[in-house]
Amino acid sequence: MSIKKFSERSHEIPPKASVVLASNLEEEVFSEEFKGDVIKRFFSYVRPYKKQIIPALIAVIIFTITSISIPLIIKNVFDSSLSGENNNINLLYLFVGGFFLAIIFNFISNYLQELLVGKVAEHVLFDMRTAMYEHLQRVSLSFMDKTESGKLMSRLQGDVAALQEFLHTAVFAIGDFVLIIGIIITMLWLDFRLGLLTMIVIPALLLIRIIWIPYARKAFLRARITSSIVSGALAENINGVRAVQGMTREYVNYDLFDLRAKENLRAALKASKIGVIMLPTVDSLSGIARGIVVIVGGIFVLNGQIETGVMVAFVLFIQRFFDPIRALTMHYNVLQRAMASGERIFEVIDVPVDMTDKEDSIIMDELEPSIEFINVTFGYLPNQPVLKNINFKINPGETIALVGPTGSGKTSTTALVHRFYEIWEGQINIGGVNISDIKLESLGKNVSMVLQEPFLFSGSIIDNIIYSTKNVSYKQVIDAAKAVGVHDYIMELPDKYETQLEQRGENLSIGQRQLISFARALVRDSKIIILDEATANIDSYTEMQIQNALKVLLRGRTAMVIAHRLATIRDADKIIVLQNGEIIEQDTHENLIKNKGLYYSLSSLNYSSFDDIPEDLIKKITDESPGT
Amino acid sequence: MIVKNQTISARPLQNNDSFKVFFRIIKMSLKYKWRLFFGIFSIFISSGFSLYIPLLLGDAVDAANNLLGDNSEISSINDSRNHLYFICVLLLISSIGRGTSAMLHVYLGESIGQHIGYELRMLYYEKLQRLSFSYHAGVHTGDLITRGILDVEGIRMFVQTAILRLIFLTTLIGTGTFLMIKTNPTLGLLSLSFVPFVAWKATSARLKLRSNWYALQDKLSALTKTMDENLGGIRVVRAFSAEEFEMKKYKKVSDEALDLSNEQVEIRSSSISLISTSFFISMGIVLLVGGQEVINGNITPGELTQFLAFMSILLDPVRQIGLMINGFARGSASGGRLFAILDLEPNIHDEVDSRDIQVNKGKLEFQNVSFTYEGDNHETIHNVSFKINQGETLGIVGPPGSGKSTIAHLIPRFYDPTEGSILIDDEDIKNFTLESLRHAVCVVEQDTFMFTASIEHNIAYGNPWAPDDRIEKSTHHAQLAEYIERLPEKYKTLVGERGVSLSGGQRQRLSIARSVMLDPNIIIFDDSTAAIDAGTERKIREELKNLTSKTTTIIISHRLSSLMHANKILFLEKGRVVESGNHDELLEINGHYKDLYNLQNQKRGKL
Repeated sequence: MSIKKFSERSHEIPPKASVVLASNLEEEVFSEEFKGDVIKRFFSYVRPYKKQIIPALIAVIIFTITSISIPLIIKNVFDSSLSGENNNINLLYLFVGGFFLAIIFNFISNYLQELLVGKVAEHVLFDMRTAMYEHLQRVSLSFMDKTESGKLMSRLQGDVAALQEFLHTAVFAIGDFVLIIGIIITMLWLDFRLGLLTMIVIPALLLIRIIWIPYARKAFLRARITSSIVSGALAENINGVRAVQGMTREYVNYDLFDLRAKENLRAALKASKIGVIMLPTVDSLSGIARGIVVIVGGIFVLNGQIETGVMVAFVLFIQRFFDPIRALTMHYNVLQRAMASGERIFEVIDVPVDMTDKEDSIIMDELEPSIEFINVTFGYLPNQPVLKNINFKINPGETIALVGPTGSGKTSTTALVHRFYEIWEGQINIGGVNISDIKLESLGKNVSMVLQEPFLFSGSIIDNIIYSTKNVSYKQVIDAAKAVGVHDYIMELPDKYETQLEQRGENLSIGQRQLISFARALVRDSKIIILDEATANIDSYTEMQIQNALKVLLRGRTAMVIAHRLATIRDADKIIVLQNGEIIEQDTHENLIKNKGLYYSLSSLNYSSFDDIPEDLIKKITDESPGT
Repeated sequence: MIVKNQTISARPLQNNDSFKVFFRIIKMSLKYKWRLFFGIFSIFISSGFSLYIPLLLGDAVDAANNLLGDNSEISSINDSRNHLYFICVLLLISSIGRGTSAMLHVYLGESIGQHIGYELRMLYYEKLQRLSFSYHAGVHTGDLITRGILDVEGIRMFVQTAILRLIFLTTLIGTGTFLMIKTNPTLGLLSLSFVPFVAWKATSARLKLRSNWYALQDKLSALTKTMDENLGGIRVVRAFSAEEFEMKKYKKVSDEALDLSNEQVEIRSSSISLISTSFFISMGIVLLVGGQEVINGNITPGELTQFLAFMSILLDPVRQIGLMINGFARGSASGGRLFAILDLEPNIHDEVDSRDIQVNKGKLEFQNVSFTYEGDNHETIHNVSFKINQGETLGIVGPPGSGKSTIAHLIPRFYDPTEGSILIDDEDIKNFTLESLRHAVCVVEQDTFMFTASIEHNIAYGNPWAPDDRIEKSTHHAQLAEYIERLPEKYKTLVGERGVSLSGGQRQRLSIARSVMLDPNIIIFDDSTAAIDAGTERKIREELKNLTSKTTTIIISHRLSSLMHANKILFLEKGRVVESGNHDELLEINGHYKDLYNLQNQKRGKL
């Protein structure tokens, strides 16, 4: 079947597209609109660099003074030593000497202000990204479940980069601000009335600003969001490029991406329009102010109310006064753009962390490795419990197998032992202590988890086996690899344990990845292990290895296994049969068979794995024996 | 599967010729010639007004002053008052004119930048889609994403802030230089004495900054990589309570990037301040020498004043050069990184004279096909030949790493064989357009990528205009319909990174539905039923048999029950076909196939 290109069918219905959804999704996650004061928040990141900021400000002030004094010195050279009648070469030398002195100060202060402000700016940027990243390490998994990593990446990189532009111009903004204050003081001091008149346009400017800000904010935020959508679509395409090429989706995707990119272009141009509109506004206002000074000042001079010199000074200052205001206007656009990014950054930082250590939380190293669920009820969405009133106990050294159809709550049960989520009701104890009283870190140290889909990081094989476990010797790594039966394979690789893995370990087969993740858990050597057996029937060669590795891994530990293979299930000390979030049976294999309940019915179907049992068959059985 | 591509990095790191990079960026901006033209025009207008406003103000002072000088007649008071009003109006007009023209050039500059950013993004996207699997296998997605986000931004900023200004400043400096040398050659040359220094400093700083930017962007890529993996593997991180460890890993890269940033600040600060200072030094020299000349009576104070006035016109451009160097450096580094990818020629592309495939019979043939992965030193498959006719099924079985998936990937030309050829209906597949070939050949992959979208969209991925009944029909074939119907939002249920998590088997069934919907002539199941139970698999196979009596099917599996019904089965080992025949024939050979058969049956029996 041939598919017409998107452009050829643009008049028809739009294609079913994945990226289209992206914009709507983002709103849900950060539903609460950010209301905090971005600037204030921002300064909290600048504050730690007080030690650099104060000399930087001094440098800015010196730089501003010397920048103003250089033309003044030149003017004085003409006024005093080159005025025509009393040419004085010594005076010339004196002034030129002063000029060079000013240059030296100018140089030093210029260098220092750039250096100090620049460095503080970079530190602030990196600190903000680190704060975001660190926060993401602590927010609950339920938040992470809802968030696409591509979207977060766009905030971690794109928005931080957008802030950079702002910070680079910060040094000028500070200088301009200092200058404005200096000039205002001087003008008021020269002539109070004229000074006030000059500033008569400032309230108007502020008023326009106040009207302008909401529009600007909206436009700049829109530009950032559309840009983030474009990044997200790009990331999605990069990650799924095999599917894209395999399904020849290139043309459709290109056209869809084009829509997003055009939307971003339009939003960016609109933001830019709203931004630059302030330029003629400020210039018109400054034109009015200049006009006022010219007329009122001129008339004052005409009436002899002020000296000509005062008017000259005013005319000079008014020029200097509006230039920094104008420059600040341009910086303000950058600032607005930065605010939009800042908002998006603080949104991430403000995601509440609901899982924290209690004060005087317990280190569980000394606890007996038993697990107990007491009346546990839990769900991901309000009013939709996934687990209902779960009760069971695993004694130290015992292995229990969790079985049940897809969606019965097996994975949720295991996730709770590790406190990935907060339970609604009931209590989970390890060694008789409520896990919410145990220090999270020590929980992680003592409870290993092997996930159904092994996730490997890029890096060497040995790095992946050791991962975050401390004080692991090379021998321990090899022993672990040997124990799970992956050592021989690794030794055949060109760089052996130092072989670099591609992204997500894609250069290894799933089975091998599985074995390495076993080795990773084995190296950790914790007393409790939670294991989600892979559903995929890995090739017969590797599968035998995995079965053996599993035995090694579970030996002498308290274990909770989501078991799919009957062999694993049978070896367990106890079997818990879950259905629709409830425990319907728990006993040993022999007793369960004797009881002739759901477990018996399922096993008697003679499938090699519980997951192999077709859904309609399970349905039939459970309909026949409701709530055994 | 074996480690492939371990040694190679398919990406060229950078495009070193920065002038070529600039030339290319400038060439891109020339496409927007009207925007460029009006942009530059309005820069000149705006700077004209900027110069005019002080003159007007001076005029106003004179008007007020002159009158005081000869306070004789009342009428002249009125005259000068009127003159003041006139100046006031002119001031207002020129201020508005200045603001408007400034608005125009800022906007136009940004507009060119945004348009170029858009163009680059599209080019980049298009290129990434066309680059072959072998390229994508060698690069980290984090790196590609960083280039697409940060480097496009770097070029855009360069265009937006530098292109218009570059032309403007060049004109301004040229004019200033001309006027000064014309006024007084000696003083003119003295006042330009800073130019060689600035030229040298600007060049050296630009080069230093450029290599710094290269290093920095690379580091930021590494940072993206670290963060991306962390977020992707967040469950592992949490399971091992490795937050601290991960922070350390992150901090290491982040600190390295920060060091580079700080280094950049240092280079920038010293070049900016040295450049303006060198200008001031020239100014001081002119002041000293010119002052002496005035005292000696060789030139008038007016001439020196004029001279210094010309010079101060140059002050701002010189300062801006200092600022622009960084933009240049970033632009050339980002441009180099991005163009390096844009210039890659996908090694798999439509041949000249290729045409759309017209599959009549769907006969597929491998003729002595061998294949070696790039950078690998041994053949992954060696001299493989086979033939299947329309409607027939070929089974491929073999231990991991024997090259089964590689065979699957050669047929839709995800890779091209290093030797031998693949024929469809007796014609080399290289004669067909890629698009039509990939429509005709569909590989159902073992690892299925789920896009964050509804189930419906994921199934219709290959044909997003498919009607609903077609989508539903293919889910029925793939034995997934019942499951979907039980979901609260049915076909609208979200899957993918943020959606409901499907089990491995469900994902594979979705992948099958996705492919079946396209109704390909040749369908290849690359171990794509591994997580599906045998019973369901059988049902799927029966459904498909009726549906696809004309489809040529290849089944790659380690589970013999999946493929023992095939017309022909190849047993692959280390890339070679070691046994072939149908199930019964293979059992009779009493070789590898038989061993595997016994192994699998014995296991099943024990359970």
